[in-house]
Amino acid sequence: MIDSRTDKVKISVRKLNFHYGNHQALFNNNLDIIANKVTAVIGPSGCGKSTHLRAYNRIFELYNDQRATGTISIDGTNILDKSVNVLELRRKIGMIFQKPTPFPMSVFDNVAYGLKLHFKVKRHELQERVEQALRGASLWEEVKDKLKKSGMALSGGQQQRLCIARAIAAKPEILLMDEPTSAIDPVGTLKVEELINELKQQFTIVIVTHNMQQAARISDNTAFFYEGVIIEYDETEKIFTNPKEKQTENYITGRFG
Amino acid sequence: MKSELISRKYLIPPELSDRVFKIITAIAAFVVIALMVAFFVQLVWYSMPSIRQFGFKFIISTEWDPVKNVFGALPSIVGTLITTSIAVAIAVPISFIAAMFLVESAPPCIQIPVSYALDLLAAIPSIIFGMWGLFVFVPFMQDYIQPFLAETLHLKSLPVFGDVYNGFGFLTAGLILALMILPFICAVMRDVFKMVPAVLKESAFGAGATSWEVSMGITMKYGARGMLGAVFLGLGRAVGETMAVLFIIGNSQNLSYSLFSGGTTIAATLANNFAEADGIFMSSLFELGLILLAMSFCIQIVGQLWLNRVSRKMGER
Repeated sequence: MIDSRTDKVKISVRKLNFHYGNHQALFNNNLDIIANKVTAVIGPSGCGKSTHLRAYNRIFELYNDQRATGTISIDGTNILDKSVNVLELRRKIGMIFQKPTPFPMSVFDNVAYGLKLHFKVKRHELQERVEQALRGASLWEEVKDKLKKSGMALSGGQQQRLCIARAIAAKPEILLMDEPTSAIDPVGTLKVEELINELKQQFTIVIVTHNMQQAARISDNTAFFYEGVIIEYDETEKIFTNPKEKQTENYITGRFG
Repeated sequence: MKSELISRKYLIPPELSDRVFKIITAIAAFVVIALMVAFFVQLVWYSMPSIRQFGFKFIISTEWDPVKNVFGALPSIVGTLITTSIAVAIAVPISFIAAMFLVESAPPCIQIPVSYALDLLAAIPSIIFGMWGLFVFVPFMQDYIQPFLAETLHLKSLPVFGDVYNGFGFLTAGLILALMILPFICAVMRDVFKMVPAVLKESAFGAGATSWEVSMGITMKYGARGMLGAVFLGLGRAVGETMAVLFIIGNSQNLSYSLFSGGTTIAATLANNFAEADGIFMSSLFELGLILLAMSFCIQIVGQLWLNRVSRKMGER
């Protein structure tokens, strides 16, 4: 059982409702994300997994017709409050997308980008921190000789780890991953999964995945979404071996979804 | 009721159709190349008397005397370069910012009508720009803009302006050209920016970038190729533009470096003189045309080289 009294809660979601125009996509979501754990968000396509994740860093605000109500508290602060500095919020929360999104610049500049957005860094220090971030994303050995090459020239799996390096260079506390391996091959997927396992010592990770084996392999806790509602949230082992809800059981046993 | 399916009939037997397709496309492609070569050969052929008589001096001479049959292209070449430079220098930054606004921050109620207006504006025939320039813009330049530049800003002491003005001249022509190519460049840039994947921008926003940083750092880099393409399209149009310039350039074969003074461009010189030209005069005009073609060609080549360099930098190849 996830016990918010004994575990340190990093993100606390209460009564989160989300609308795309007139269409409601999330209904009263309550969720406590535990610090330094990997929390998987699973559920069939279109059930609101990504929508839920995209509320955490307020990226949905880029679109006029999308709005979220309720509270999302990160370290006790409700980040949906308008007074929160959204740029600083997004520094604290790195986001990795379904498709790798290397920027049209060199490998080095890709990583330096996240850093330079938020910090004043001297040239030699930049070198050091970029290397650190690339090592942190287990990419350094593969790209140390092609730092000046375009990030877009790397393989899909490498691109995704480059995006992770870019995210962790900005010294975030939370990493949001929206189906980070769905567009890359099995070998690349394995490397990203290994990386996620290492990263959880430093970061709180929330990962959306449609791959149940992946959720079982890498996550500590799992939330099951269905039609915008959180049906069940528990330790991953319990969800996959002994779910309380019938719907969860049907989904993980492959009866639908 | 059941009926049997009958095999369809072919207009061209299938075993031949691939070959026919290949031949038709090859002919079409060949026509394009043949036209290009034919134009070039014809221009060179008709230019030969002028090339033989004036040689290289044709390009650097400012003399233009149809009575004595002595011709020099320098005033036309300089005029073309000046008006084109003014047009591009003004139109490119404005189109860039406008396109950025349209794609990145304009609400749909502004974006859609402005987008349509842009496409319509880009389709206005150049003669209309010429007429509007002559009847509206030239007097406006004479009464307001040129006095403001010369007197109020005290630019008249600079040789590139001077204190003689009558509304016509390089500056006015350059501005009209800028207006003409602006919607053109802006429309292409808008389409280029629209093609930047949303997820790429989201990714930059997600890293904590502001709209300005996303536009300058991501959208612009991603669209660099297309943007350069847009600039060179505009440039190509400005270099060869005839009617809009003809009315307002002043049509003087005297070379002057003042932006207020009248001058001419290659296209304007051609349009002004073709009717009464013959002999060596005619040949000189053909040589001017050849120079114009060479200039356009150079612009295309420089543009292409630049595009290749940019895409190499971004690592596309």
